[in-house]
This record gives sequence, structure tokens and C-alpha cells, in this order.
Amino acid sequence: MSEVRPVPFRGGGFRPRSIGVVGPIVFVVLISAWEAASRLGLITPLVLPAPSEAAAAFWELLETGRLWLHLSASLQRLVVGWTLGTLVGVSAGFAIGLFSLARAGLMPVVSALFPIPKIALLPLFIIWFGIGEGSKVATLFFGTFFPTVIATYAGVDGVDRTLIRMGQSFGLTWWSIVRKIVLPGALPAILSGFRISASIAIILLVAAEMIGAEFGIGAYVLLAGNLMATDQLIAGVAMLSVMGLTVGFLISRAERLLLRWRG
Amino acid sequence: MELRLDGITHRYGAVTVLDGIDLAVGSGQVVCLVGPSGCGKSTLLRIIGGLEMPTGGAVHLMGEPPEGCFNPLTYVFQDFALLPWRTAADNVSLVLEDHPLSAEARSAVVADVLARTKLTDFANAWPRQLSGGMKQRVALARALAVRPAVMLMDEPLSALDSQTRELLMEDLIGLWERERFTAVYVTHNLLEAVRLGHRVVVLSRRPGRISEQMTIDTPLAERDMADPILLAKAERLWVAMRDEAAAADRELLHV
Ligand SMILES: Nc1ncnc2c1ncn2[C@@H]1O[C@H](COP(=O)(O)OP(=O)(O)O)[C@@H](O)[C@H]1O
Ligand SMILES: [Mg+2]
Repeated sequence: MSEVRPVPFRGGGFRPRSIGVVGPIVFVVLISAWEAASRLGLITPLVLPAPSEAAAAFWELLETGRLWLHLSASLQRLVVGWTLGTLVGVSAGFAIGLFSLARAGLMPVVSALFPIPKIALLPLFIIWFGIGEGSKVATLFFGTFFPTVIATYAGVDGVDRTLIRMGQSFGLTWWSIVRKIVLPGALPAILSGFRISASIAIILLVAAEMIGAEFGIGAYVLLAGNLMATDQLIAGVAMLSVMGLTVGFLISRAERLLLRWRG
Repeated sequence: MELRLDGITHRYGAVTVLDGIDLAVGSGQVVCLVGPSGCGKSTLLRIIGGLEMPTGGAVHLMGEPPEGCFNPLTYVFQDFALLPWRTAADNVSLVLEDHPLSAEARSAVVADVLARTKLTDFANAWPRQLSGGMKQRVALARALAVRPAVMLMDEPLSALDSQTRELLMEDLIGLWERERFTAVYVTHNLLEAVRLGHRVVVLSRRPGRISEQMTIDTPLAERDMADPILLAKAERLWVAMRDEAAAADRELLHV
């Protein structure tokens, strides 16, 4: 034994942690820099308005009461379209996951229609359901239906077969097995499907509101763009971001509540 | 209740897994089924439990199930098969919920079987919080809750470390002393087989046939693993199985 050396530690890294205060600091720094650059004339208002101008546009929207009109129109479409698409999608996903006939009959249809960007069908939906709420809700419905079906049946397929065998071996009824074993087993996959379908729904909402809508955040953003009112445009885009964050937050809460057992 | 297997034959495609298995298991008897891996032990147990249709032959149950029996043939799985979204108590409660039992009667049964498996303090724990031995105790409690006539156990201790296995074997013997259930116990561990079985049945592979049977007369509660008679029996089982086990091991390389 000639030399005594400590063994060097080499097991660190690859384990990013979230540090609570960093996120808000990044936002504050970015927005302050942006505001400062605008005030110093480094960014011309036509290219990008200062955050304070966007905030002023938002404040005007709030004061005139139009915020509520736009927001309620958008939220209503979002909630109705997403809820319908999700309910029908989850049911269809369970049918595909549980019954051979449904799988054989529905799977080809779902596979063929899923890749179509639903926004391309919007003109058809307008012809079928009218230029009003019908076509917008239909766009959201179809946009959320397909990813929900796929997430649900994949979740049902992924349920541990030994748990189902266990249920059968204790003579549980079919309905008990579906309700107490298949549904909770598929729930994590279904909830992450919700996350995807909700962000798709927000994208489609804005796109659909850009055609023939008087109110709605999409309509507000489109009008702002046509008028080159970039301050309003930024205000509208910020509202979309907040909307997306809120939906994500709600789904996280639902996950924490419903998937408590995962710890 | 007694169990009788008449000429059980089973094929998966062209492969004959089980070939003409005849076996009778008397009331209150524990039969251990051993054999090299892939010889069809799990398949046979699934057939006995009605979870799989044999290609040929039939399984018969004889006699009356005990008073209050909800599920005559009851399984205990190697990987516990607990629902991760239910607590220990609720996992037990699951198998009673489809039966006409008042909520109080149900929680009384749950509390009773949890006490018998020394789990009272863990009633509200999630499966992920429990050790492997604890999980298998919950699975045993769940099996006891339906007052089974026949227990079908597929390598129930194989996922556990050897100390835990030792403790659970003692618990199993204690439970059997009280309940005197009939059992078919699949294992690949020969010491486990001579410890827990009134009879040990060796299955050969490709096709699976009964190649050897051995009765062990020492009462379960009096078995001591230092006993040379038991060790000699385990040794004899190993000699009977050895070549087949080696063949099974080699075959996996070709699949
Ligand atoms: N569902 C199945 N389909 C096709 N082959 C199977 C199936 N289940 C088991 N087998 C085959 O049957 C044989 C016996 O399996 P198994 O009963 O699990 O053996 P053991 O439990 O004794 O190890 C194995 O060769 C296995 O590959
Ligand atoms: Mg097996």
C-alpha cells in the first residue's frame, strides 16, 4: 500500500430540484428589463409595447367592462366544448378498452380522424353548426374528444392484469371490477390526457374565435392585431397564458386529490 | 371441502403444458406443488381456481363450503395483487362489498382478519407504505375475509426476503392450525414445500405430468427445519427435479 487516497464522489447531478423563489425572480427580471429597454428607446413601441402599456390596455378592458364579456364568452365555449369532448371521449375510451366489438369498430375511425388538425374542419363545422356558438363548441369538442379517447383506452389497457384477475378470483361483479379496479387504474393516464386536451382546447378556442366571433379573447386578439394595437395584443396573449396556467393548476389539484395513494 | 382434478390437459397453441394431471386434495390438507420453472404450476393453479379453461379434463369441488363462505376457491398471489389506491383495510373490504353484508358486519370482519394477521395498527396504511411481508399479510387477511374452503397460493412467499419468509411461514402454519383450510400451495422452494405440505407433488415439464408424490406425516406445527427426516425429503425432491431444472435453465437460452 503506497498511497492512501479518498474515493472521489461521483454520484451527483441528474437530479434537478425546483427552487421556489427562482421562478418569480426570473419573471420580475425579464419584465423589468423589457420595461427599461422600452423606456430607454431600445425597443420602439410599434415593435413591442412596454409591459406598462399592455397593463394599461388591460386596465381599460377592465374599466369598460369588456373584459368580462370577452372572458365569459371564451370560458363558456371552453367549458362546454371541453366537458362534452371529455365525457364522450372517456366513455368511448372505456368502450374501446373493455369491449372487443367497440375496439374493432371505433379504433380505425379514431386512428383516421385523430391526426386531422380540427381547425381545418372549421369551415365545415360552420356550414353544419352555423357561424355562432355551434361551430366553436364543435371544434373544441372534436379537438378534445380524440386525445381523450386515446389517453383513456391506453390507460384502461395499461391496468395491471393481475389486479383484474384478483378481482375475478374473488368473484367481484363485472361492474365492481370496472368501477373499483379499472377506473382507478386508468385514472392517472386519463388525467394526463386532460392536461393535453385542455391545452389543445385553448389553442382551438382562439383559432375558432378568430372567425366570426364578436366576443372572446381570440376575437379581441385578432381585432388588436388588425388595428396594430400591439398593447392590446400583448394583454390578450397574457390572458391566454394565465388561462392556460389556471387550467394546468386545476388539473394538478385534481391529480393531487384523486391520486393521493401515489404519495 | 375436497378438490379433485380429473385428467387436466392444457395446451397453448402447439405446446402441451399440462398432460393428464389427476390429483385429489383431501379436506384440510395442504398439497405443495413443486417443479422447475415453466412446467405449468401457475397454469394448473389458474385452472383449479376457474380463471382459465383447461383444454381437457375437469376440476371438481366436493363437500359443503364452511358456514358463511363467500368464495370457496380463494387465491393468494405471488405479487400480492393489492389495489394501490386502497388502504390495507379497504383492500380487505373490497372482497366483501359485493356481498349482502351490513357496513358494521363488514367492518367487523375486516377488523377481525386484520387482527388475525397482526395488521391492526396498519389498517389505514397505503400499500406503498408497507413492506413486502406486510403486503402479503394484507393479501392473506383479504383471503381469510371471505372464509375460503380452499386456498390457492401461487408462490406467495417468493417475492420476500428469507427472514420475512420464515416469519410468514410460521404465521401460515398458525392460521392453518386455526382454520384447517384445504390448500394447494405452489412453490419452487423445496424447503418451503416440506415445511408446509402434508403432501408434495412434483410436476415434470414439457409436458407437465406428476412425476413424484411424497407424503410427510409430521404435524405442521411440530416441523423443525433441523429435522434430518425433512431435510432428507427435500434432498430427495431435489434429486427428482434436478435434471429437469437444469433443462429448464438451458432452454431459456434458446427461446
Ligand atoms: N397465456 C399464455 N400463453 C402462452 N403460453 C403460456 C401462457 N401462460 C403460460 N404459458 C407457458 O406455459 C408454460 C407454463 O407456464 P407457468 O404455468 O407460468 O409455469 P410455472 O408457474 O410452473 O413457472 C410456460 O412455458 C409458459 O411460457
Ligand atoms: Mg408460476
